[in-house]
Amino acid sequence: MMSFTLQRVMKAFVVILGVVILNFFLIKMAPGDPAVILAGEAGSGDPQFVERLRAEFGLDQPVLVQLWNYVSGVLRGDLGFSYRNQVPVLDLILDRLPATLLLTGAAFVFSLVTGILFGVLAARNRGNVLDSIITTLALIFYATPLFWIALMAVLLFSLNLGWVPPFDMETIGAGYTGWRRALDIAHHMILPVVTLGLFYTAIYTRLTRASMLEVMGLDFVKTARAKGVPKRRIIRRHVLRNAILPVFTFASMQAGQLVGGAILTETVFAWPGIGRLMFDALMQRDYPVLLGVFLVTAIVVVAINFIADLLYRFVDPRIAIA
Amino acid sequence: MDFVKRFSKNYGAVVGAIILGLIVLMAIAAPVLFPVDPWRTVAMPLLRPFEDAQYPLGTDMLGRDIAAGIAHGAKVSLLIGTVSTLVAVLIGVSVGAVAGFYGGIIDDLLMRFTEFFQIIPAFAMAVVLVAIFSPSITSITLAIAVVSWPGVARLVRAEFLSLREREFVQAAVVVGQSVPRIIMTQILPNAMSPIIVTASLMVATAILTESALSFLGLGDRNVMSWGFMIGAARTMLREAWWMSFFPGFAILLAVLAINLIGEGINDVMNPHLRGRKQ
Repeated sequence: MMSFTLQRVMKAFVVILGVVILNFFLIKMAPGDPAVILAGEAGSGDPQFVERLRAEFGLDQPVLVQLWNYVSGVLRGDLGFSYRNQVPVLDLILDRLPATLLLTGAAFVFSLVTGILFGVLAARNRGNVLDSIITTLALIFYATPLFWIALMAVLLFSLNLGWVPPFDMETIGAGYTGWRRALDIAHHMILPVVTLGLFYTAIYTRLTRASMLEVMGLDFVKTARAKGVPKRRIIRRHVLRNAILPVFTFASMQAGQLVGGAILTETVFAWPGIGRLMFDALMQRDYPVLLGVFLVTAIVVVAINFIADLLYRFVDPRIAIA
Repeated sequence: MDFVKRFSKNYGAVVGAIILGLIVLMAIAAPVLFPVDPWRTVAMPLLRPFEDAQYPLGTDMLGRDIAAGIAHGAKVSLLIGTVSTLVAVLIGVSVGAVAGFYGGIIDDLLMRFTEFFQIIPAFAMAVVLVAIFSPSITSITLAIAVVSWPGVARLVRAEFLSLREREFVQAAVVVGQSVPRIIMTQILPNAMSPIIVTASLMVATAILTESALSFLGLGDRNVMSWGFMIGAARTMLREAWWMSFFPGFAILLAVLAINLIGEGINDVMNPHLRGRKQ
């Protein structure tokens, strides 16, 4: 187990190193000379000043030296400076990261729970009206653009019905604390979490249903039925326990993609996370922030995959530790 | 003929094919149906749907015809969806075929490379690529291809690994056929059906990604697209719901149709799975 964990740590590290190097070359390809832009921000186009900035940031050195500087900088937590805000990129991101983790974490749990629930319901009632309704809805939500469903939800539930607030993470200026604040945030979270999660709910519903139906056709289920085990118990103890593994596998691989979806959700709901930060950076052509967010997102995804990998072997001990 | 017959037994797939057919027709007929440039102001701003029979889906805040935008936008969605999938399949098949055929260290290296691209969050990567190479039809198409090829590569590799050991392939080796010829004429044709099924579903995902990119303002500014229309309508949600509703519904229909067709093809091409749904 120890060597396995070590191996996974190494693998995660190599992937992150790869992302850092990729990120460096993307920065190099980004339009505009950073020194000129920084000089422009400081209100000076003087060539000598630009030269000095270039030397200060090491932009006059060979690419390999620059790469080394960048990689070692990132390892020390230095992601560069935001052109617009004149603050370290890492500070901006760390400030926003908790909001994104809250949103995506909640959406992940929501989609997994509802997906498995609907999948089991559909499989149990195969061929019935309920099954048709669930599979049709899953098909539709699987084809719906995330940002559009978010906008339509705001239109219906916030602007027309007034049930939930349309924007932001909490009531600005209300000054709530403790439980009152948690409740306020929860109230603001409903729409973003549901709209981000629905697409994945659809995926997990389809997967769970298919997996359940496959297991239901196996011999040991027939045996259980022949022995007279009640249907509820067969579904719960015999089928679900075996059918749920592929769903978990897929969910652990997909968890990272939720962070990508968060860019859209946060943009629509003005959710103060890194997705929103990325969108703002995009609008302002603030490339260091844009690429910093990309790097942090990739690291979060690698971390999630790593944890999922370990958990998965815990859930299913049969998996050979290789 | 057999294919068509079996395909048409799947009602969902037939409905999908009809919807997609109509969308393709709309894209082709757009210049005839709506000869005026969709970016041009043609009527009063913010006309409600069905208020003026000439503009059945209403107009936006600049008086542009929503129906014209949807008709012209169909072309971009379909074009980017198909071409980016073709490019992704090309990359995926090449990488997967080489990895699966040669095995060993080449396989190992190529699969690490593939895994790397699979781990990176696809949408964030696409956003960064399009932003850096400045938005255009080409950069969007390539960015979507770059983030969607790994799935194909893994699939093709798995197929090649098993097919490679089969007797007809070994016979071809003994006869002295060259490697490219074995790959192209012996193995690839036998691996085609899962590739086609995956590719058809990838077109749907590509259309969703394209619309999300142009929603964020990363679309090609020279062509009208559904995602752009929704992005522009975002701030007008309270005043003009129809500006974002209809383009989004168009995306939903197109993606749904392609998914239905993909499932239909899957049913026909993997007969051993047939009947599981009933």
